[in-house]
Formats: sequence, structure tokens, C-alpha cells
Amino acid sequence: MADKILMKGNEAIAAAAIKAGCMHYFGYPITPQTEIAAYMAKVMPKIGGTFLQAESEIAAINMVYGVASAGKRVMTSSSSPGVSLKGEGLSYLAGSDLPALIVNVQRGGPGLGGIQPSQSDYFQSTRGGGHGDYHMIVLAPASVQEMAELTVKGFELADTYRMTAMILADGTMGQMMEPVSIDDLKVNPAPEKPWATTGTKMAREHNIVNSLSLVPEELEELNFKRYDRYKVIEENETMYEEYMVEDADIVLAAFGIAARVSKNAVDEARKLGIKAGLIRPITLWPFPKAPFKAAAEHAKAFISVELNMGQMIEDVILATESKRPVTLCNRAGGMIPDPAQVLNAIKEVNGGIA
Amino acid sequence: MHYKRLTILCGHYGSGKTNIAVNMAFDLAAQRENVAIADLDIVNPYFRSKDSEDEFKARGIRLICSDFASSNVDLPSMPADLYSITDDKSMSVVLDIGGDDRGAYALGRLRDAIKAENDYEMLMVVNKFRPLTPDAESTIEVMREIEWACGIPFTGIINNSNLAGETDADDVLGSLTYAEEVAKLANLPLVLTTVEEKLYDELKDKISPLFRLKLQARPV
Repeated sequence: MADKILMKGNEAIAAAAIKAGCMHYFGYPITPQTEIAAYMAKVMPKIGGTFLQAESEIAAINMVYGVASAGKRVMTSSSSPGVSLKGEGLSYLAGSDLPALIVNVQRGGPGLGGIQPSQSDYFQSTRGGGHGDYHMIVLAPASVQEMAELTVKGFELADTYRMTAMILADGTMGQMMEPVSIDDLKVNPAPEKPWATTGTKMAREHNIVNSLSLVPEELEELNFKRYDRYKVIEENETMYEEYMVEDADIVLAAFGIAARVSKNAVDEARKLGIKAGLIRPITLWPFPKAPFKAAAEHAKAFISVELNMGQMIEDVILATESKRPVTLCNRAGGMIPDPAQVLNAIKEVNGGIA
Repeated sequence: MHYKRLTILCGHYGSGKTNIAVNMAFDLAAQRENVAIADLDIVNPYFRSKDSEDEFKARGIRLICSDFASSNVDLPSMPADLYSITDDKSMSVVLDIGGDDRGAYALGRLRDAIKAENDYEMLMVVNKFRPLTPDAESTIEVMREIEWACGIPFTGIINNSNLAGETDADDVLGSLTYAEEVAKLANLPLVLTTVEEKLYDELKDKISPLFRLKLQARPV
């Protein structure tokens, strides 16, 4: 195994992106993701890549559109308010079927909000992020190593399905330091992109990358085709982790940093003889419905643990088909629930079902 | 450890400056009266010396720190009592400077007074396990950038090579060659190697001088 290095989550994303063959990065500084841009600024010039601090988030996402059109792996990153600014660009990327990786290291909102960690952009990211009918593949890492692994995975999925993938992290994941191995990351080479605008060399028809489609019949057909592709993704690309779910009476749902806290709470609950378990969605879109549906057969109740006012809980209710009660255990505005709060929520629910 | 009046800690961001600064302030307060810690980090609003505010109070350590640190206001600003660091010569101060050259610009404002008084150590904190400083050459590059930004030359190296919770004794022992090489290339002494409490006993006879770190700034 290659040597481990001590990295911030943000640095791991940047290093993994370069490892994945991303040679073009466009960004704009915002806490708590600035280390991504800082890392790119240091490293890209040394390896012949592009680092560009754009004049705004909107400019950066449109530069991403340009590089993606040329068929190259490309990335931008920001934090919540900055991702909102990128919303138009995200929709245009979707409308043009362009692959790119977007990173959102979330902070508390709404508005300018704060700088502390949050998961309150769940709705925004899992429902597309901009206007129109579309999805992004949304990946939720829960460790610095996973920040790196899912970055590589994000580029691969984006290329495979010609769509944007998003790393949905939070301030804690971005700032925390853990040992990580970048050299060991496995990267599949980017697929051929015959649609890319790379010059015809007078040997083929022009490729046109465009999101404008004024004939409604044609635009409808494009939407239908896109959603056929989404169906394939839902079937093949859903990722999740289960922890002690098999015999669980109470199943927690949590992603990212909330899943780490929840895992500790599950261990504590088990010590008290409460059969708790955890389902950690790794893809937030597509949402892993199957494990929730299966768990609803034996579990008596679900608890959604989130750093927001209750967003993923709606997907948990849908996935469990409302067969069991789902309650919320949360903090918001940059606060993080601690294992004791989650354990209390488990105890409370356990009292209700015992 | 023997301290000059000013102990200035600089380094690559994430090298461990804040943890070392907090521990040095505790150590210094056990030796002397009138000790202060100055948090001049204008780069990272996430991990700050200010996070240990209560422990400073308990030890009578004065905290010189921006009013906006850890306040959810993402505003790089300098503390109002910044000049007391150089004006009040009865006070011993540990200075925690922000990461890289960008963080070191803040220190530049005190440059002339610090050099004129000439009672300081300017220490470069290094960690070979950090991605942008894996060898002596790259570390020296960061050092030069910091010196250029603040205008104060380094006087020594602190080896804080670690892999957070996964660090073992061999990692620290293995980092000594790197730290000595940095020191040699920089033509400066290797002043200290720092380790977490749990490794201290195992390493105290093998590394000298060795400084024990009680971890302060840690995320959940």
C-alpha cells in the first residue's frame, strides 16, 4: 500500500480530482471550501493544468461548461451560497448533457448564513439545483478517504452518463484532517466522447453543444431520453452502507458527518440493549430506496438524523412507503448533533415502541 | 523548554501550529508570569486558539485575538490590542500565525518592532505527512514564501510530523531524517519534535528534545 498522508477533506478532493485526470479547475473562494482552490492554485501550474480564480461563481460554472463541451474532465467547487449562484449553470450543463464534477462543502443557511457545517442543501442538490426537469448524481462522503474516492467516482459517473455529479460534503468534512491514500485510488480512463467539440478536422459533421430547444416536441423527447437514462442510474448506481440493520427495531438514516455521529449512537444504544441500526446513503440521488423498503419490513421506527430542518426525512418516508413512523433528530444553522442527542432520540422512540 | 520573549509559530496550513501554540502557552505560563497567546490567524476561521479560551483564563493567560474569531463572521481582521505584543515588553507571548505566506502577511505589520527588540524565536512547524510538504525541498519553498511575506527570517524548525490519530512511534522516528534535512537545508537548528501525549513515554528516551502535546483543536 502506498504511504498515507495527512489531509483535509478539501485537499483530498483536490488531489483526487487531479489523480482522476481533471486538469481544469475554476473556482471562487468561500469558507469552508477554500482549501480546494488553494490546493489547485499551488499544484495545477506545476503539472500543466488550469487553475483559474474566476470573477464570480457564475463565471466559474460557465467556464466548466466550456471545458466539459471540449470533452475534458473539469471541476468547480463552492459552498452553499456560491452553489446557488451556480444554479443557472448547473441547469445549462444538464440541458446540454455535459459531464462535470461540482463540489458543495455546505455551510449553514439560508442566505449568506454562517460558515459552520450544514446539510441544508439536500433538497437543492437532490432535486437538481437549478430550473427545469433534471437530476445530478449526488455523492455524500463520510470520511476524508471517501472524499477522495467519491471524487474519482463522481468523474467516472459523470462521464458514463453525460451529466453532472456533485460531491455534497459539509464544513466538517472539508476541514477535518485524516490520513488518506491518494496513490492507491483506482481510476478508470475517461470514455471516448464523440460528441465533444474538439474540431471536425474536416472529417465529421460539426458537434453542437447547446441547451436551447425551441420545438416543444423535440424538447419533450430530450426530457424523456434523459429520464430513461436516470432510470438506468437508479437501477445500477445506488450506493449505501448498512450498519447493524439486519435485526434492528430502530433504523437511523444519516449521511456524511451525521452518519459518523449516528454510528456512535447506534453503538451506545446496542450497549443498552436497544436494537438500533443505521442506513447511510452514499448516493443521495439516486436515493437508496431498496434498503429502507426492506428495513421497513422488520424495523418498528426510523429516525432521520440531519444537520438541517428535516430534508432527507422526506425521502425516507417515501422509501419506507410510510409503513413506519419516521422522526427527525436534527441541529441546524451550523450546529452538529452529538451522539448523546441521537442516543436520546433513539431512547425516546424506543420508549414509544416498547 | 527555554523561551525568548516572543515565540512565533509559522508553517504550512494544517501543520499543527495552533495545537503547538496552545501547549507552549500552557508550558510558558507554568514558568512565568504575564503570558499571552496571540492568535493572528486571518486565514482559517475554523480552528482557532480562541477555541481554548476557558483554559487560558484558568491559567491566567491573556488571549490576544480578533473580536470576530470563532464568531461565525467570516471576516479576516486583526485584534485591536495587536501592538501590545511589541509594546509591552514585560509580557511573554506565543504567536500563532495563519497558514502559508498568506497567513504570514499579518505578522509583517510587527516586523520592524520584533527585529529591533531582537528577543524572539521564529519557528517553522513542519509535518512531512502533509501533502504539499512531503520533502525538504518543498518545505523550504513554503518557508521562503513565509519569510518573504512577513519579512522575518526563521530561527528554528519544529518537527510536528504526524498522521493525526493513526500516528505511531515509527512514524515520528521515521520523520526525523526529513526534519534534520529541512534544518540542514535551511541552516537552522531542529529545535523540537512534538508528539501527542500517548506517544510521549515511548519516545522520550529516543528523541531529544521532545515536546508533549495535549491535543486541543480537534473536529468531531
